[in-house]
Amino acid sequence: MIKLKINGEERELDVDPDTPLLWVIRDELKLTGTKFGCGVAQCGACTVHLDGSPVRACQTPISDVEDSEIRTIEHVVGQSASKEGKAVQAAWRALDVVQCGYCQSGQMMSAVALLTSNKKPSDKDIDTAMNGNVCRCATYQRIRAAIHDAAKRLEA
Amino acid sequence: MTYQQKIKGGETLDLSRRSFLAVAGGAGVGLMIGLKADPAAAANAAPGAIEFNPFVKVSPDGAVTVIVKHLDKGQGVATGLATIVAEEMDADWATIRTEFAPANPNLYANLAFKAQGTGGSTSIANSWDQYRTAAVTARAALVNAAAEAWKVPAGEISVAKGVISHPSGKKGSFGEFAEKAGASKTPPAVAPQTPPFKDPSKYALIGKEGLHRVDNDSKTDGTAIYTQDLHFPGMLVAVVAHPPKFGGKPKSFDDAETKKVKGVEQVVQIPTGVAVLAKTTWAAIKGRNALKVEWDDGAAESRGSDALMAACKEAVSKPGVATATNTGDAEGALKGAAKVIEADYAFPYLAHAPMEPMNAVAEVKDGAVKITTGAQFQSIDLFVASKVAGVPMDKVTIDTVWAGGSFGRRAVPTSDYIAEAITIAKAIDGKAPVKLVWTREDDMKGGYYRPMYAHKVKAAIGADGMPVAWHHRIAGQSIMTGTAMEPMLVKDGVDDTSVEGASNLAYSVPNLKVELTTIKAGVPVLWWRSVGHTHTAHAVETMIDELAFAAGKDPVEYRLALLKDKPRHAGVLKLAAEKAGWKAGEKLEKGRGRGVAVHESFNSFVAQVVEVTIANDGKVKVDRVVAAVDVGIVVNPDVVRAQVEGGVGFGLGAALRNAVTLKDGVVQEGNFDSYKPLRISDMPHVEVHIVPSQEKPTGIGEPGVPPIAPALANAIFAATGKRVRDLPIGDQKFTSV
Repeated sequence: MIKLKINGEERELDVDPDTPLLWVIRDELKLTGTKFGCGVAQCGACTVHLDGSPVRACQTPISDVEDSEIRTIEHVVGQSASKEGKAVQAAWRALDVVQCGYCQSGQMMSAVALLTSNKKPSDKDIDTAMNGNVCRCATYQRIRAAIHDAAKRLEA
Repeated sequence: MTYQQKIKGGETLDLSRRSFLAVAGGAGVGLMIGLKADPAAAANAAPGAIEFNPFVKVSPDGAVTVIVKHLDKGQGVATGLATIVAEEMDADWATIRTEFAPANPNLYANLAFKAQGTGGSTSIANSWDQYRTAAVTARAALVNAAAEAWKVPAGEISVAKGVISHPSGKKGSFGEFAEKAGASKTPPAVAPQTPPFKDPSKYALIGKEGLHRVDNDSKTDGTAIYTQDLHFPGMLVAVVAHPPKFGGKPKSFDDAETKKVKGVEQVVQIPTGVAVLAKTTWAAIKGRNALKVEWDDGAAESRGSDALMAACKEAVSKPGVATATNTGDAEGALKGAAKVIEADYAFPYLAHAPMEPMNAVAEVKDGAVKITTGAQFQSIDLFVASKVAGVPMDKVTIDTVWAGGSFGRRAVPTSDYIAEAITIAKAIDGKAPVKLVWTREDDMKGGYYRPMYAHKVKAAIGADGMPVAWHHRIAGQSIMTGTAMEPMLVKDGVDDTSVEGASNLAYSVPNLKVELTTIKAGVPVLWWRSVGHTHTAHAVETMIDELAFAAGKDPVEYRLALLKDKPRHAGVLKLAAEKAGWKAGEKLEKGRGRGVAVHESFNSFVAQVVEVTIANDGKVKVDRVVAAVDVGIVVNPDVVRAQVEGGVGFGLGAALRNAVTLKDGVVQEGNFDSYKPLRISDMPHVEVHIVPSQEKPTGIGEPGVPPIAPALANAIFAATGKRVRDLPIGDQKFTSV
């Protein structure tokens, strides 16, 4: 049995220790906001927070995260969202960032992590922090603008 | 002419329920037979919602639900159709809901295809009159119901923001009259003095800023449901080992190690490979990895992409097998011309690579089949599902969910991934719903690429510098041959989608010949966001730039001189140039360059001005793109801008570095480490300007793509003096001049 601390809850699951965190989140816990895009940490659609840091859940074996606090999109922008989570969601909505939307949970997770450590990121900071998150609809311009907008909301 | 121009979509409809059926039905591509006519089967219908017609429902709480007949894969059509309905109903935008239509071509055909499906940037264009009609009809029913209840003439009633009111002070919401109005099965007569559709000057929503996308909330809190997210009771996940070469088949397999994987339930051989079924996705993936399969490659395509390109190049070195356009005498005029420019172009296979790899859920039970997926071409999917499942068409149900991108990939003439899901569900005797999951590698290697093409263009200018002849040869695989669309789109050996954008050259050139040789290969090919225009625009728009340069003229002025009878091309070109600060003859500082392109596709017009910097290491950085578009009446300007921003990024990624290559028939790219997508650090600043227009609305899902590669190539030329004719640009290093 594997013990997990996820979104403020403790869960015990009967899964193989090599199972990637992504598939535990999606198939066992049915938290489907975290997406499968590439399986090899190349696209960032599966980004979750591990003790506040963004990681790619598809390349994180479940056995590595038993002692960590895992947070998914449902928690990070949900009821108990931090001020950064709320600001990112508000900015994403104000600028109509999404198109197909499939990558956007991962984008927002990376954006929240960026703004938590850097209150006023430059374009260059954004490019560095967000370069691991692919968007095939190419909503990048709005993602960049939304991160600046969220930073402004946090200042206010 | 493109095929969209050949079909008259969106003719004005009368307001009767029967006319919906008459116009939406018809023989079309011959796929619509014996379908059930009950759209109320939609599983996600709002409780208590009352159906007014196939497109509009009103709930007792006043919410208006718009039934969206097109797949929304990010292009924003759900928002667009909802906007049209809300406008004509005078509904309150805040109460608008959307749901995807069931598969039912009798009700939900795309009027441009006469089949249910989404593509060719036709969604808004074909729905414009139909959805306005549906809304006006629903509004009239509500007004009549109120008039009857209040015992006042319907003509004295006004409607605003979902509130029906009479000068006497009587007021009521849509919800109050929904039941009575919806129950009236005879469509109401609209007062003859009332214009059927709202005067555009009265629009409160169409063309206005500030309307947010209908999927804005659910796609920013993780709740939007895609196929990948479906979990049905007892469902098994299937992951399939596919043959390494197109046309290969499984010969035998050894699943001893697979069966040891916890969660694996069953392994079945199917015509397209060997499927591993498991309780979870990871178990299925692990099980597939442990599988040993022997393949029969006897009938497979075993050529590499180099050999296939050589075949295309060879074909354009000779006269084309078919002639798409022949005006004047291009070959004769070339012989006597003052200056001739000849150029060769090469375009690779391209994968769509949407963020959500292909997937579908199939349930085969009690002589019926139910599919849940991001279905994009329901008419074909219904037909294929019925054949594969061996059930009549009226026993096929398709529920459509949000799709994580498509770029054309989810509309497939063989419904390949849907057929595979059904085949697997059948192979396990329908004992469980099956979610077929393709991994990124399965998706990348799974075929249905933008075909590889070679072009050869010889063009000549006269003493005045203006073009006198244009001889254009194209060779590559045909997308339409062998599909249900072939009779409509392949004429005299010319697949229109191989030559569109070149065969209808916008520039006035007295002698024009466009030839086509269709190459046969075993690599499956498909439309890819903007289809033939993905390559024809590059050849045409870089060649016209070469001619302008040879003539010593400014590229914008040169184009405008050749577009005198093309006001909409000229309109977007002028606007883009003006907004970009283009000055004739101006050269940017050393190391920077600016280029332009203008192209019509799918009846929409787009011009782009691109600015690049050549970095110290010789690499190209795209700094800024200024686009101007003319799409007729704009339903939602922000969605139009978003599609052009995205189209620029999508086309730019491909132009910079994307190619699917094959070695001995085996696709070499598998994931985003080898098929490298555009990333945020590559994304230029994009500005989109819209030409005001009262023409009928046309599409914008695709037209933003074609101009970006040639505008980029022309900018690189301006900075370096080097022409980029082959795509992708790849690792090329450039030197500024």
